[in-house]
Amino acid sequence: MNTLSALNRREFVQTAATAALAGFGSARAAAAPRSKAPAGTGRHPAWVDVNVTLGRWPFRRLPFDETPALVGKLRQQGVTAAWAGTFDGVFHHDLAAANARLAEDCRRQGRGWLRPFGSVNPKLPGWKRDLQQCAEAHQMAGIRLHPTYHGYALDDAAFAQLLVLAGRHRLIVQIVADLEDERTQHPLARVPHANLQPLVPLLRAGTGARVVVLNWARSASLPLAKQLAEAGACLDIATVENVGGVDNLVRQLSVDRVVFGSHAPLFYFESAALKLQESALTAETSWAIRAGNAMRLLSPV
Amino acid sequence: MTIWDAHIHLSGVPGDAPEARLERLLEYADRLGIERVCVFMGMKWSYAPSPDDLRQQNDEVWRAIRHFPERAFGFVYLNPNHLAASLAELDRCVRDGPMVGVKLWVARRCHEPVLDPLVRRAAELKAVVLQHTYLKATGNLPGESTPTDLAQLAARHPDASFIAAHTGADWELGIRALRDTPNVSVELCGFDPTAGVTEMAVREVGAARVLYGSDAGGRSFASQLAKVLGAQISAADKQLILRDNLKRLLTPILQTKGIRI
Repeated sequence: MNTLSALNRREFVQTAATAALAGFGSARAAAAPRSKAPAGTGRHPAWVDVNVTLGRWPFRRLPFDETPALVGKLRQQGVTAAWAGTFDGVFHHDLAAANARLAEDCRRQGRGWLRPFGSVNPKLPGWKRDLQQCAEAHQMAGIRLHPTYHGYALDDAAFAQLLVLAGRHRLIVQIVADLEDERTQHPLARVPHANLQPLVPLLRAGTGARVVVLNWARSASLPLAKQLAEAGACLDIATVENVGGVDNLVRQLSVDRVVFGSHAPLFYFESAALKLQESALTAETSWAIRAGNAMRLLSPV
Repeated sequence: MTIWDAHIHLSGVPGDAPEARLERLLEYADRLGIERVCVFMGMKWSYAPSPDDLRQQNDEVWRAIRHFPERAFGFVYLNPNHLAASLAELDRCVRDGPMVGVKLWVARRCHEPVLDPLVRRAAELKAVVLQHTYLKATGNLPGESTPTDLAQLAARHPDASFIAAHTGADWELGIRALRDTPNVSVELCGFDPTAGVTEMAVREVGAARVLYGSDAGGRSFASQLAKVLGAQISAADKQLILRDNLKRLLTPILQTKGIRI
C-alpha cells in the first residue's frame, strides 16, 4: 500500500515540469508563472502516473522499455507510484501468463511502487477467470482494457458484463482508447481509435466499476469527455494537446476527474509533465491531477 | 538553455486579432522558457489558398509579429499553384517586408518542378524554406508532400536551406528519406511525443540538422518540447536542437535585414 494518502496537499511542491526543465530553464522560464509552490517541508511530494506500460513495443525499441530503467526514469522525475499495464496484454492471447509476468515484474520493484493492471479481453474464452485472477490471485487494484486492439466495441454486451463483474471485485477499469495516432501506425497493425460514446450510458446505469479512460483525446471531443466525466469516469492527460490543454480540460470537466498519465515509455514522460507547467495550474489543482484523484480511486468511499 | 520554436500558428487560442492570439501563445511559451517563435499562416487556413487568401493570411502574420519584434519571426505562406502571386508575396513579405522564411503546406507536392522558381527566389533572399511533410497510414492529401518529395526538391537546390516540418510524422521513415540530403533539417513538431524520435534523428543526421518546433497552438508546446528535453542525448546536442540550429539557419537573412539577435 502506498503512503500517498498521508501526504498533506499543502505540501505539494513544484509543478511537474520543473524537474523536466531542471538545468535547462532560461531566465524567462524562471520568471514565468507556474503553479505556486506551497511552503514545503522537504518531504517528497506524491505523484502518481496512472498510464505506464511494461515490456516491449513490437514495432521499435523504446528508451526505458526495461522495467528497472523505466522505474529509474520515473523516480528521477519525481514520480512516487505508477499504474502499469503490459504490451504483452495488448498483443498476446495468453493473458493469464502475461498478467502473471506483469504482477511479478511489479512485485520486483518493491513495496507497491508499480501497481499492476492486468489485461482482460471479454471476447476471449474464459475471460472471467483472467479477471478473477487479477483480483484474487494477483491482488491487483485494477485491470486495463484495449477494446480496439482486442476487437470489440463498447456497446458489446460482453463489455457491459465485464464492467459489472469488475465492480463486484472492486477493480478499477482502465480503458485505453488508443495507443498511437492512427496516421502513423505500422501498416500491418492498423487499429482504429475507440468510440467512447457507448460508455456514457453504461456509466450512468451504474455498473459499480471505477473507470479511467486513457489516451482518449483522439477518440473523444471535449463535450464527450465532459459527458464521460459527469457519468463518473476519470480521464488522463497523455494525449491532451493544444496549448494549455490541461487547463482547458480542467475548466470543462470537474478537476476531480483528471488524472496524470504519461503513456511512458511509448511517449516521452516529459510530455505529460511539461503540460502541467504549460497550464500553470494552481497548487491544489496540480496536486489533484498528480496524485489526489488517483489516490481517491484507490480508496473509494 | 535557450529555446527558439521553429513552428507555430495563430491557432488554438482565442482572439479576434492576430496580435491578440500571438500574445496569448507567447504567454504559454513563457511558461516553458521559449524565447522566440517562428509563426506562419493566418487565422483561417485553407489547403489551397487563393492569391487573395494568401495575402490576407500573410498580412495577419505580419500584423502579429509587428507587435512582438523581439519574440516572433514571420514566414510567408505560399501556394505553388499560384506561382506569380506567390513570387509577388515572397518579394512583398520577405524582400520588402519583415519575414525571414517560406512556409509551404499541402497545396502541391513539393517534388514537382513548379516549385523551382519559388525555391530559387527564396535562396536568393537567403530565406529558409519550411515544407510540411507527412506519411499517413490513412492516406496523404493529394497535394501533401512526403519526406522523399522534399529530398528530391532539396537535391535540385543545394544552395537553399530547407526544414522538413514534421519529418514525415512517421519519423523512422522520414529520417531515413532525408538522411542523405544535407541541406534539409529535420523538425520534430506536429506528431505525438513518441519516444526515440530525437535519439534516432541525432544518430542518423547529426544534431546539427535537428530542429525543435511545436506546431502550437494545435499542439502543445509542452508535448513537443518533451521530445528534446526527454531525449537521451547530450546537453550540447539539446542546445543545438532547441535554438542554435535555427539561429544558424536564420542568421544570413537576419544579417541581411540588419536584424540583431
